[in-house]
Amino acid sequence: MYPKTLYDKLWDDHVVRTGEDGTALLYIDRQLVHEVTSPQAFEGLRLAGRKPRRVDANLATPDHNVPTTDRDQGIADPVSRLQVETLGRNCVDFGITEFDMDDIRQGIVHVIGPEQGAVLPGMTVVCGDSHTSTHGALGTLAFGIGTSEVEHVLATQCLIQKKSRSMLIEVDGKAAAGVTAKDIILAIIGEIGTAGGTGYAIEFAGEAIRDLSVEGRMTLCNMAIEAGARAGFIAVDDKTIDYVKRRPYAPSEDQWQQAVVYWKSLHSDEGAVFDKVVRINAAALVPQVTWGTSPEMVVGIDARVPDPESIDDAVKADGMRRALDYMGLEANTPITEIVLDKVFIGSCTNSRIEDLRAAAAVVKGHGVADTITLAMVVPGSGLVKQQAEEEGLDAIFIDAGFEWRDPGCSMCLAMNADRLEPGERCASTSNRNFEGRQGQGGRTHLVSPAMAAAAAIAGHFVDIREL
Amino acid sequence: MEKFTPFAGAVCPLDRANVDTDAIIPKQFLKSIKRSGFGPNLFDEWRYLDHGEPGMDNSKRQPNPDFILNDPRYQGASILLARENFGCGSSREHAPWALADYGFRVIIAPGYADIFYNNCFKNSILPIVLDAEVADGLFNKAGGETALHIDVDLEQQQLRVGDEVIKFEVDPFRRHCLLEGLDDIGLTLQHVDAIDAYEERRRVVAPWLFA
Repeated sequence: MYPKTLYDKLWDDHVVRTGEDGTALLYIDRQLVHEVTSPQAFEGLRLAGRKPRRVDANLATPDHNVPTTDRDQGIADPVSRLQVETLGRNCVDFGITEFDMDDIRQGIVHVIGPEQGAVLPGMTVVCGDSHTSTHGALGTLAFGIGTSEVEHVLATQCLIQKKSRSMLIEVDGKAAAGVTAKDIILAIIGEIGTAGGTGYAIEFAGEAIRDLSVEGRMTLCNMAIEAGARAGFIAVDDKTIDYVKRRPYAPSEDQWQQAVVYWKSLHSDEGAVFDKVVRINAAALVPQVTWGTSPEMVVGIDARVPDPESIDDAVKADGMRRALDYMGLEANTPITEIVLDKVFIGSCTNSRIEDLRAAAAVVKGHGVADTITLAMVVPGSGLVKQQAEEEGLDAIFIDAGFEWRDPGCSMCLAMNADRLEPGERCASTSNRNFEGRQGQGGRTHLVSPAMAAAAAIAGHFVDIREL
Repeated sequence: MEKFTPFAGAVCPLDRANVDTDAIIPKQFLKSIKRSGFGPNLFDEWRYLDHGEPGMDNSKRQPNPDFILNDPRYQGASILLARENFGCGSSREHAPWALADYGFRVIIAPGYADIFYNNCFKNSILPIVLDAEVADGLFNKAGGETALHIDVDLEQQQLRVGDEVIKFEVDPFRRHCLLEGLDDIGLTLQHVDAIDAYEERRRVVAPWLFA
């Protein structure tokens, strides 16, 4: 037996058949469903007279369109409302479990999947959402798909796939205090670029990754897609197994030991060969801030906005100029002098309880700067919100001047009413700083929860290592 | 799905790298529960000067004269020429739906994001990968006074640009599906016995997945 990578193991255990040209039919254990990328898939099933092969393998919740305030009054936007209602109707018609807007278990799909134990180590997990890579934190092969593939999984419980190349990103050493999973992944993207992982499945390994909590690992894997990789994952260890234990959808007691034995095999074997290896020194990392309109446009908090005049590559320099123009920034401005209008703490990247604790620890005893027009915290699920309230985090945020909202995707992509106005500048714990992502003309800087919280208090970016 | 047959089309050059799917079709249009009608809002935030929302009469909006899709030379273009990492970001299939609805049947770029690339094939769009230098050459030719026309032949895996022939490669299975207009689900359901057998095996070795 040759030594296998974790990717090899996850892949091999899910191949139903392989065609002559190497195209595989891959079995999917779990599909998460939300309102935006599913209506056309359900409609496709109806038109073809097909039924879901395994309703129990699907779990649905509305997240992209849901309001984060005044939820008892329903959804004001009739188009959004229809989409959320359509999800509800489709789930009833086809027998799929849905956590609807009034259910405390509702939340962002990538938060509720692990929270419920609906995502377990060794699974293949898909969702019509690119941030499905999040679930790789639990030692799964998890990736985003389009709506045609959502329909394909519903109908067949399989996908037609070709195996990707494998990349190992080894983050050695210990990250300093104030350097979080978010900073590690932003630094990785800055290093390999937003297309650096295209065509690859990435395994994250090394001391700094092992040191992360499972929630931190979710933040890391969440943004594998921002490095171009559909899937990013981490070997199973005791933290993973402890995380899963006793969650509602976790294996029953009589199956637990059998599951654990299997899960403990989910790591790359000694001597396994990767197509590409990248090494990062965690000890050298500082808190990261994006300055442009792509997640690879990122620098340390102690740096300045880069200067396109110093870049030889003409296409790249042109992209930088365009980004600076859109962002309303001058080259060579110190990052700590960038003044903000809004702060958003939330999204499938950073809305879990540990994220809220980290932000609250910075906020406690301080107030949001007068110049900040809106600072908001959007928990990732109803259960995260409940937990935070039990710990008194809501009071810390509210006392400081933050708004404490209901769970959903919110201003990460601004499909609901939460958005930036043209020209507004936001420190955001989300995952994409694309043009218009948080609202047309809005300017997004991606940071960790602690960095966002500190920026809300100061009104501009600050180095949290100096607090 | 429609069969992908040889055709000749005009090329619209979109000269920027890392075009993301949020730019291709902004989020407000994702609220639709249909597959069609996204074409008028393709590249909405670049294409119009005013803010677009679903249900607006786009003929009454202000087109951005500086955006390439509004250039009179490229009206009716069916081939989009793009740069590195086209279609990055969100997995939304609304992006290829919008491109197809607008009339693009082929995209040419040095590279694509994986999910977008995959989604194109499900919608009869052929995403062609060319070396950056070759794509660069096409950008030079596409900026003339009249639009550049290219003959696309997927069967032969070649483009004809005037007298020049440019070869490209597509995964054989995907090529076959595009040429024949095959429905993936139908293909997979031919292997339902293999899926049944796989599930039987898994029920034994990983019963917790079937609880």
